[in-house]
Amino acid sequence: MTVTTTMRKLTIAKAMAEAIAGEMRRDGSVLVLGEDIGRLGGVFGNTRGLLEEFGPERVRDTPISETAFMGAAVGLATSGMRPVVELMFVDFFGVCMDAIYNLAAKNCYFSGGASPVPMVLMTSVGGGYGDAGQHSQCLYGTFAHLPGMKVVVPSNAYDAKGLMVAAIRDENPVVFMFHKALQGMGWLGTVKRSITDVPEEPYTVPFGEAKTVRAGRDVTIVGLGASVHTALDAAETLAAEGVEAEVVDLRSLVPLDRAAVVESVRRTGRLVVVDDDYHSYGVSGEIIASVAEAGHGLLRAAPRRVAHPDVPVPFSPPMEHHLLPDAAKVAAAVRATLGEA
Amino acid sequence: MTPSARELVWMYRTMVRSRCYEETLAGVYLEGKRPVFNMAAGPIPGEMHLSNGQEPCAVGVCAHLRADDAVTATHRPHHIAIAKGVDLNAMTAEILGRRAGLSGGRGGHMHLFDHRVNFSCSGIIGQGMGPAVGAALARRMRGEDAVAVSFIGEGAANQGAFHEALNLAAVWRAPVVFVIEDNAYGISVPKTDATAVPENHVRAAGYGMPGHRVTGNDPVAVYEIAGEAIARARAGAGPSLIEIETWRLEGHFIGDAEGYRPEGEVAALRARDPIPRLRETLLAKGVLTADEEEKLVAEERRTVEEAFAYARAAALPDPEEAFEHVFAEGVRA
Repeated sequence: MTVTTTMRKLTIAKAMAEAIAGEMRRDGSVLVLGEDIGRLGGVFGNTRGLLEEFGPERVRDTPISETAFMGAAVGLATSGMRPVVELMFVDFFGVCMDAIYNLAAKNCYFSGGASPVPMVLMTSVGGGYGDAGQHSQCLYGTFAHLPGMKVVVPSNAYDAKGLMVAAIRDENPVVFMFHKALQGMGWLGTVKRSITDVPEEPYTVPFGEAKTVRAGRDVTIVGLGASVHTALDAAETLAAEGVEAEVVDLRSLVPLDRAAVVESVRRTGRLVVVDDDYHSYGVSGEIIASVAEAGHGLLRAAPRRVAHPDVPVPFSPPMEHHLLPDAAKVAAAVRATLGEA
Repeated sequence: MTPSARELVWMYRTMVRSRCYEETLAGVYLEGKRPVFNMAAGPIPGEMHLSNGQEPCAVGVCAHLRADDAVTATHRPHHIAIAKGVDLNAMTAEILGRRAGLSGGRGGHMHLFDHRVNFSCSGIIGQGMGPAVGAALARRMRGEDAVAVSFIGEGAANQGAFHEALNLAAVWRAPVVFVIEDNAYGISVPKTDATAVPENHVRAAGYGMPGHRVTGNDPVAVYEIAGEAIARARAGAGPSLIEIETWRLEGHFIGDAEGYRPEGEVAALRARDPIPRLRETLLAKGVLTADEEEKLVAEERRTVEEAFAYARAAALPDPEEAFEHVFAEGVRA
């Protein structure tokens, strides 16, 4: 038997929609709910075509009522369904967090494993387009901090499809955080590198496996989502200076592939973490702590982080771009680590 | 819709079981906590919210429910859990933090889950309502006639979740019934200081669904109204809201000095305790003889004693078991 694989270049938005459609065809218990995910196809395009194929019973436009529909998703998931629920902007979590972190994340534990909550919470993250601090946050650390939820962050369309298929098939709540700068929506602009070859057939990208997206011997740059591309841009600049940066794409925050980061740093001896989430108490600190805990002598220079400072995301472009990580800041951080010892 | 003799006896038996259960529980809870109240000490640490006096809400509603109907309950869950048929031994073991408990001791009394009868509860006010809407929708999407019931206190009617869940349930015509146990207090704050309308059932009108108020903390009256609402939901006619006047015969939690309650209020409510009232009715109607009633009470006492004996004899968890069940294993093939 020959298996033919059809590859096309897709945006993350189309890859997500294709993953969901494939799982809906395969499993009648999968349904999608959220704001504007039906007729509109999702504000960020990731549910386009689903209503037309699966109808309004399985593709449900909800009222702007996150507390109710996030709670309903928990009830659906504990009653044999597999909801994929969209929180349009992650910044909206404040109006529905109880259902997420007290119910979805704890029901499995509080039931001794008898009532798992197989739901996918997909949510857009990130700024850079002047939407200010209630529609531009990443909040990776906020969700990854709380036990009981898996958290994944794709940087490209191939991973987005594979992570989404894996998320829908997982028996646990999975928070799928997609970055607006990578989504492939015309009005937002898109990092071209995020548009990749994607097989038409369903496949999974396993959770907890980081990926080395660029090999290098001099420094390890760790990123996730959009910051992987910031890191790659910086690596290109540095290569022209004779510095070979290794770039690690975390892909999954819970579970976290600490070993991949440690193994890379063991070879390079230098670490820069790029995260467009807030600087303190977040992913960047966790990665550095993981390396520090792995043993003495791994780092030949102090680790650096390029993250959003601990202030709200401002509206006016000169201020917003001053705070966001970019390739120049990452390259400067790398040079600083190289300048030591 | 009036209860049959069999249903009346079931309601009475279940109320007696719940009351015996909580009286025994209160005694066990206080072991080792005195002379100065120490919440962390004794065989049952943590807060303990008793439901004595609120049994009519649980039995009047659950008399109409099957194992496949879902119930979400509150931080005050025992009477509802018992009426829904949660395994009494496993529930007691859970409350005593034992490995044989419903979750192996991870949840305790505010987080009781029994998937065999589709019962769950949560300690956060009003937050079981959204899940009940989803549980109801799941059942309808599969073509089943099962329903969901969400129990809340009257304090929850001021939560955003209450209003959002009622709206979503009505928009989806979900087979769900929302039941307010109106015991007139949100911890210490009386309803009159917390709620803009004297009665919450009127709020159903804002969401295009029927709203009912049942007065007098009367299990038979609850049975009648709940029967209509649940039948309506099963038939696909959509959600309802029921507000039940009920009485909290205890403090918010064991150890609550209740200085906020008017003098004589609890004594007056105890004089109208719904359990002796139903007993008198059943004896007067000849549904039970005095001998049968005495036997029933003795049976329930024994059932409760056995549950506590089972729980006390059960092993405590190994501390390392705290690391289990954070995530479910496996994926759907």
